[in-house]
Amino acid sequence: MNAIALSTEHISKHFDHFVAVDHVSFSVRRGEIYGLLGPNGAGKTTTIRMLLGLLTPTSGKGAVLGFDIVKQAEAIRQRVGYVSQKFSLYPDLTVAENFNFYGGVYGVSRAALAERRADIFRTIGLSGQDQERVSALAGGSRQRLALACALAHEPELLFLDEPTAGVDPISRRGLWDLLYALAARGASVLVTTHYMDEAENCHRLAFIYRGRLVAEGTPQEMKTQQMVAQVVEIDCEPLDAALTVLRAARWFDEVALYGALIHAIGQNVAEKISPARALLQSKGVAVKSAQVILPSLEDVFIARLRSVDVDDPISE
Amino acid sequence: MISLQGVTKRFAAITAIRDLSFTVQAGQVFGLIGPDGAGKTTTLRVTSTAMNPTAGRVTVGDIDTVRAPEAVKQLIGYMPQRFALYPDLTVVENLNFFADIFGSPRAQRAELIARLLGFARLTEFQTRLARNLSGGMQKKLALAATLMHRPRVLLLDEPTTGVDPVSRREFWDLLTEIHLQGVTIIITTPYLDEAERCTRVGLMYRGELVACDEPRTLRDGLGATVLEAQSAQALQARHAVEKSEGVLTVSTHGDVLRLLVDRAERAAALQAVWQANGITVGNVRVVRARLEDAFVLMLTRHDKT
Amino acid sequence: MNSRLLSIIRKEFIHILRDPRTLAIMFIIPIVELFLLGYAVTTDIRHLNTVVFDADRTPQSRQLVEAYRASDYFAIARYAQSEDEIAVLLDSGAIRAGIIIPAGYGDNLARGAVAQVAVLIDGSDPTVASTAFAASQSVGQAQSIKIVTQRLGVDVTRLGGIEIRPRVWYNPELRSANYMVPAVIGIILQFLTTLFTALTIVREREQGTIEQLVVTPIKSWELVVGKVVPYIAIAFFDLLEVLVLGTFWFGVPIRGSIPLLLGLSVLFLLASLGMGLFVSSVARSQLEAMFLAFLTMLPSIFIGGFLFPLEAMPGWLQAISYLVPLRYLLVIIRGIMLKGVGLGAFGDQVLALLILGPFIMFGASRRFRKSLE
Repeated sequence: MNAIALSTEHISKHFDHFVAVDHVSFSVRRGEIYGLLGPNGAGKTTTIRMLLGLLTPTSGKGAVLGFDIVKQAEAIRQRVGYVSQKFSLYPDLTVAENFNFYGGVYGVSRAALAERRADIFRTIGLSGQDQERVSALAGGSRQRLALACALAHEPELLFLDEPTAGVDPISRRGLWDLLYALAARGASVLVTTHYMDEAENCHRLAFIYRGRLVAEGTPQEMKTQQMVAQVVEIDCEPLDAALTVLRAARWFDEVALYGALIHAIGQNVAEKISPARALLQSKGVAVKSAQVILPSLEDVFIARLRSVDVDDPISE
Repeated sequence: MISLQGVTKRFAAITAIRDLSFTVQAGQVFGLIGPDGAGKTTTLRVTSTAMNPTAGRVTVGDIDTVRAPEAVKQLIGYMPQRFALYPDLTVVENLNFFADIFGSPRAQRAELIARLLGFARLTEFQTRLARNLSGGMQKKLALAATLMHRPRVLLLDEPTTGVDPVSRREFWDLLTEIHLQGVTIIITTPYLDEAERCTRVGLMYRGELVACDEPRTLRDGLGATVLEAQSAQALQARHAVEKSEGVLTVSTHGDVLRLLVDRAERAAALQAVWQANGITVGNVRVVRARLEDAFVLMLTRHDKT
Repeated sequence: MNSRLLSIIRKEFIHILRDPRTLAIMFIIPIVELFLLGYAVTTDIRHLNTVVFDADRTPQSRQLVEAYRASDYFAIARYAQSEDEIAVLLDSGAIRAGIIIPAGYGDNLARGAVAQVAVLIDGSDPTVASTAFAASQSVGQAQSIKIVTQRLGVDVTRLGGIEIRPRVWYNPELRSANYMVPAVIGIILQFLTTLFTALTIVREREQGTIEQLVVTPIKSWELVVGKVVPYIAIAFFDLLEVLVLGTFWFGVPIRGSIPLLLGLSVLFLLASLGMGLFVSSVARSQLEAMFLAFLTMLPSIFIGGFLFPLEAMPGWLQAISYLVPLRYLLVIIRGIMLKGVGLGAFGDQVLALLILGPFIMFGASRRFRKSLE
């Protein structure tokens, strides 16, 4: 069996004069969870739609499970699952009816469906909700059902387009447990997300920005190799005052709140720690700790996007 | 500034919130968190006068929301979860419309709108149709519209859902500005790193307030230690210790294991289990607790009782 | 049958059954339409409100008024006092016709001269006006013959000439229900299939489910067929409903073969489903689909021979009407029901439907497939 589940070579998509995807090349191995990260409109969804044969690439080529994305879209669709951004479920149908319908359109027999339904619903936490109407389900349950429907035909590759937008942390953990279990069985997953803590869950990931793939690697590689700047994490109080003081000092390229901490990003930050401490304390801010840390994925992400903007400003 | 006393809201067969009581002091940023269907949106709606509670009393600035809804509406700005502006109007037309609704005087309007546009960094997009704005810009426009009548209280229902990290940062910068002007804010969010930035957090579950405190206190008063470890076989490593003594929850994040244990000394015992199972796990260390850990732990405990 | 298609049909039936109100509406529409058209649209014009200004006031003038009254076409409510009064009444719409008998009418007749009578007709409704026009002339002529006969003392009808004896076939009593009921069947078949096909597909687009379906192995023809089969079933149920009601309530005869009627209706459905599909590929919301579906109904209603006879239309409009599929179906349905004729009589119509149906369907399918991208 081929070890590569999906690959693209310089794939591009133009809409009129707008370049949505610009020479993107990447590959996903079997059993791998691969994350595509990027702001809204960066080209993530367009990329997925090309891989599914919904859009024809303007140039470049791609293969999914060994099939050409342009010529063999039918064969691809039979073997992959897709959960789109919108919950694509029928609100007037019950949970079981939705599942059976999606299984049915892939030609799964009724007997097999009943068995899989029990199985998947148990893992995904939908047991006992078979007869509930989808319109009455909470957002998290809907999202789990959407995933269950995409799994009804046991796809070898799963495309998830922002599967966890608006889903609470507990449901999100359940979802990821399921993805890991799938990957362990040899299925591959391509997932787009906005949650940086979620991106850490991926085996490998890529940043996509303005249609281009600007960085790729494991989460660890991203943090250690992709970041030219360094990060100081400051635990202090009150935060708002500290933020104002540090920004006004202009010692760092960026000063941002990160949860209840401040991340100050810049060059040679180690030397700036003690002056920063002194400055904050002189303004009445109590500093508990300040140290250079490995940047978070969010830091890397934002720094990387900023550098793209600096190198190639948007001409408008 | 805001006070809920024994508030219950029932819809036909469902009780969305049950005997809910809490107060929000003036100038606070109060974060409401909790799983889907916990009652966060309903709480905001009864506070915003969009809905009347089935039982109990809600006051905003000491004004009863049921008895004097019009007076309350002057005090609050409510931003619902769904984009509630008109996609086929431009940015400025939308703001003008809201200015009309709130009866803001013509003379000051141009200046007010210019100020809000500048505040939301939307000045250069003012003639763009709202539907052609990015998700993050739509949220900022909605926020600007909500601020039109200079409310003293802001009620924001998941304003950053579906917004990318860059826009999320910008949105929070705006909220910080508003907060510094002394406006009281209640915000619901599924992002717990955002909840860490609130001055106070309420955790809702099944229509009830399970915990309510400063994020720091919630996090530090966890009553558990967080361990992180690294392993190429993270999934197996997790299964091996899931049922071990003292282990409260385990989650995997790529090759990182995150364990909540009752005390740090458990690490040695865990290593032994992994070794016995032939799983290599390295770099076991104690890490700072996050609000998410507190959240997961509290809800698991709540479910058990 | 393949399992994908079956899954879609099954799902579609669940949607329909889950929404009992819409289902009820689908069964009530034909009944309402049938009753409204069966009773309200009547071409039998009788008892028009009429006022007489009799300036003559002689036995002869009274005789003429009596003749008009007896004709049944004119309901003579009262006498006016002046010509102006008639004008006022016509203006206000209180009356549809006015008869003015000038002074000297009786004298003229007595002298053997030609006496003139004016009949004023409200022409705003041409159908009413033309009936009144013809009736006023025939009543006048009959009265004229009577007067001549009296004067000559001989029976003019015995002097030779032509006697017309019209005989009406198929609908001897000229009941409009007989004309309307078959037409209602056609219009309902088209309405239900076009509108509901469009709505059901646009709804999937609004829900976002269509995107999900497109990435499944479902082929676009399976999606279309699967979605319309339930509506075809409902359309046929409605068809039978109208047939039963038409026969037992309105007494409309079914002289020909019902299976032939159903068979040829299927041919027509290809065209109307195609129109629904076309609408669904253009409309972005259910509201838009609704308006567009009504738009496609307009030519069918007005130039499909549903309400107004095609022969009376100007040539260019008749030419356009050849593109309206309903036109052919109506000929077929009326032919089968009222005339009892068989397939042989509809060669042209069947051929036209065989060309139009696949053509519309093909064009719509192409557009539809494009709209999925």
